Amino acid sequence: MNFDYSEEQTLIKDSVAKYLQNNYDFDTRKKIAASELGYSNEHWQQFAELGWLAIPFAEHLGGFGGNAIDDAIVMEELGKGLALEPYLACVIMFGGLLANGPDASRHEQDIAAIIDGSLQGAVAFTETQSRYELADVKTTASLSNGQYILNGEKVVVANGQAADKLIISARTAGEQSDTTGITLFYVDANAAGVSKTDYPMMDGHRVANITLTDVAVDSENIVGEVHHGYDNLARAIDRAIIATAAEALGIMEKLLHTTVAYTQTRKQFGVAIGSFQALQHRMVDMFINVEQTRSLLLRSACSNVAAHQASDPNTCEELLKQSKQDTLALKVMVAQVGKLVGDEALQMHGGIGMTDELDVGHYVKRLLRINTMFGDEDYSMQAFAKGSLG
Amino acid sequence: MDITFSDSDQAFRTEVRQFFAESYTDDLKQRLGSSATFSEAIIDWQKVLYQQGWIAPDWPAEYGGTGWSSAKKFIYETERAQAGVPDVLPFGLKMVGPVIYNFGTDEQKTKFLPAILNSDHWWCQGYSEPGAGSDLASLSTRAERDGDHYVVNGAKVWTSYAQYADWIFCLVRTSSDGKPQQGISFLLIDMTLPGISINPIIGIDNRHTLNEVVFDNVRVPVDGLIGEENKGWTYAKSLLAHERNAIAGVGDIKNGLSAIHEHAEKTMSAGQPLTRDPAFRARFSQIQIDVMALEYSELRTVAKSISGQGPGPESSLLKIRGTELQQRVQELMLYVAGNFAGAQTSDSIGNDFADRARVEYMYGRAATVYGGSNEIQKNIIAKAILGLG
Repeated sequence: MNFDYSEEQTLIKDSVAKYLQNNYDFDTRKKIAASELGYSNEHWQQFAELGWLAIPFAEHLGGFGGNAIDDAIVMEELGKGLALEPYLACVIMFGGLLANGPDASRHEQDIAAIIDGSLQGAVAFTETQSRYELADVKTTASLSNGQYILNGEKVVVANGQAADKLIISARTAGEQSDTTGITLFYVDANAAGVSKTDYPMMDGHRVANITLTDVAVDSENIVGEVHHGYDNLARAIDRAIIATAAEALGIMEKLLHTTVAYTQTRKQFGVAIGSFQALQHRMVDMFINVEQTRSLLLRSACSNVAAHQASDPNTCEELLKQSKQDTLALKVMVAQVGKLVGDEALQMHGGIGMTDELDVGHYVKRLLRINTMFGDEDYSMQAFAKGSLG
Repeated sequence: MDITFSDSDQAFRTEVRQFFAESYTDDLKQRLGSSATFSEAIIDWQKVLYQQGWIAPDWPAEYGGTGWSSAKKFIYETERAQAGVPDVLPFGLKMVGPVIYNFGTDEQKTKFLPAILNSDHWWCQGYSEPGAGSDLASLSTRAERDGDHYVVNGAKVWTSYAQYADWIFCLVRTSSDGKPQQGISFLLIDMTLPGISINPIIGIDNRHTLNEVVFDNVRVPVDGLIGEENKGWTYAKSLLAHERNAIAGVGDIKNGLSAIHEHAEKTMSAGQPLTRDPAFRARFSQIQIDVMALEYSELRTVAKSISGQGPGPESSLLKIRGTELQQRVQELMLYVAGNFAGAQTSDSIGNDFADRARVEYMYGRAATVYGGSNEIQKNIIAKAILGLG
């Protein structure tokens, strides 16, 4: 038993960390956040050049065959650097749905285009009324002359503003909240009837609301199987939760270190404020909670990998159940610890922590945003309780 | 990264599980559960472990330990707790034993180690004093050399199970020169010596676990001194790191949670089982989530120790979070017990859950105090890990 990274994993980690340190300082980030795209295509091309966009894809699809642990390694460093590029939305979620379904071979070309940085994608699965419930889908897709006609609206779609291609969940059967009857459609973002309104979020990331008005989609442009998109989507979201947890962990570590360093230089009453026991114990609480989050992240990432490696279907199902619980637990903890670490970092920075000029507040806002993605603390806690208490 | 146990470790797990299933009998379980029979029953159980050769997982094989790998020790501990089996008394096996085999003379090893292993000697710990708690180095129990003896005067307090003990290991002051830590010696004292008296202290759990031990001109043979005079603080510190590691208690927390789950299913509230109640569900889930994380924090320490890195200041993290979670489990037990929570009986009303809840809750308050209070652990992390002066 060991929790050490392999040589290859260490190389990836160092590569991401070094690139961001050298090329992505806080001023650079501010400019990128203010741009129309919301991220930098130049950096994205560099990510492609450095091979990072290939990491999660299977080797026969031109990737490195990475798993949830590898996702986490990249995301933790992107978190520390507070990078705005859509690694999560485009590579892990959009790419993951294309590559991990039964029909991956049909998407070979598009996957290659993700890897070389020429294709942007987004997964559109939230609706105004759905809150965090994946199965609550009002967007309809009705069959007419061999084509599906999509109508509805998807909201807060990450990377929606930049996406060339969209994966959209729509109802092909069943009632509004049924898990069956949901189909994932593969739609060109420029298709007739697709309109986008994009806007910035508090963390500097841009998202879009996407309206679908009689959008015609050929029946072969389906990801996975008709009516059975829910499980695919849920699995992709589980992996995305682990990835965002890793990003959050990177942010928390950065905030902890920044705060410890600040309290050692900031003097009041003639001494560094870090010498006060009241503050020391609060920073220790931050540390303990961050370490606990790392432990749960390792647990979730490892159980996700184990579940997907199991060949026997019964074992696989059992492991998937375990992995689901681990992931929900992680989601709860990331929300709680994110809030704690963010608030404490601001408090211990005092007045300067309130300023837009300092990076601390921007890290905090990303943590708050992460809590609202894929289910917040309460939602995840209730789902977890259902898994353990029935 | 590899989180799997080897095949031989898996086989070991099966062996341990089978052993507990067969050897930890209902009779033992019942006698250990009652304070009237506890002291006898725990010795009976420890003798069973001794026969099996598993009494001292942490000891080196040359002194009668198992010689298990860190992975096997972890598995053993997990299975023990899973089976609801109480841990051994720590004072001889986990505290003074390691001090003796690390720092004692050959005569001391021969005299004491076998009797610790077969539980013939019951040990207690003489560290805290009325005036020395977290600031242990300020202790003032004096030992003055007089020929072949030390003459000991002073008082030790919060001494668990002193009423049953044959021996006590004590920190005593042998010098007032230099820093307080520099004048402390580690002394082994026979509890039957004249001049020792034991004053019982009844705890908030209504049980008699704690005592004050008073020394009035007690003449202790000098061969009870561990290592060198005035170096006792060093030996004591090595023991504290050991103690801290042992009290994360993940297995026991999980065992407590299963007991709560089982009882909550049978407990009705507003016409439905308590497990349907949203407030209960959130409380229960929160503890589960935190213990899932703690379990991996512990595994990370195990993995480090497999690769040869000893426990560092992160054992303070395990102590803090482990004891906090133990207390939250106890709190939830008391909550689930409801109206019965205060009942000071188990036999006559057939609700032994409530009695267990009350006793464990009250006694459990000590966990964040002993072994170096959690505030002291935070000071250690602040200094050793965060570099805050």
